[in-house]
Amino acid sequence: MKGVPDAPRCGFSNAVVQIMRMHAVPYESCDVLADENIRQGIKEYSNWPTIPQVFINGEFVGGCDIMLQMHQSGELVEELKKVGIKSALLTAEEAKKENSK
Amino acid sequence: MCTASGVIANSIRQKLHTALQTKHLEVLNESYMHNVPKGAETHFKVVVVSEQFEGLALLKRHRLVNDILKEELQNGVHALSIVAKTPQQWDSSDKVVESSPNCRGGFGK
Repeated sequence: MKGVPDAPRCGFSNAVVQIMRMHAVPYESCDVLADENIRQGIKEYSNWPTIPQVFINGEFVGGCDIMLQMHQSGELVEELKKVGIKSALLTAEEAKKENSK
Repeated sequence: MCTASGVIANSIRQKLHTALQTKHLEVLNESYMHNVPKGAETHFKVVVVSEQFEGLALLKRHRLVNDILKEELQNGVHALSIVAKTPQQWDSSDKVVESSPNCRGGFGK
């Protein structure tokens, strides 16, 4: 990403950070603006021309547009489940159902 | 919706149209939202509707678009936001494309 989660320096990176926050996903970030080699290297590594880039369990998932769409479609919750992460949105939904019983 | 006219915008439009036989295509220059000179062609959003996306996962659709615009992305185009839909998906959508998030100052630094 560009910048760090507490201070993203690009709107697209910020959007991804907000999505991670909503799902309460534990993640590590890397500021490509701090290292030009990483900034260029990551583009070649994933064969993806833009930043930010999201990896789940080491697998490239996409950039900001894809994360946004996966978030909106509910696909992200499912992808997180596959790697053993329970989205906070899912937890909240279950609590709501439990309360309305 | 305004569609950009500029040397690079035109090239993007032509390449996508030719390669994907687009049913609907919008090329939006969002550079004005960023810290770049007036009239710059650095930040784009494209809305691409093509039958060739049928059966392709989102990541593959985006890779396809990125590949077609490889030259542009290596020569000055710094951000490319992509909406890639099949004609059926496009027709059943509300056809409203949200603008990209605001810049936070990272460009060129």
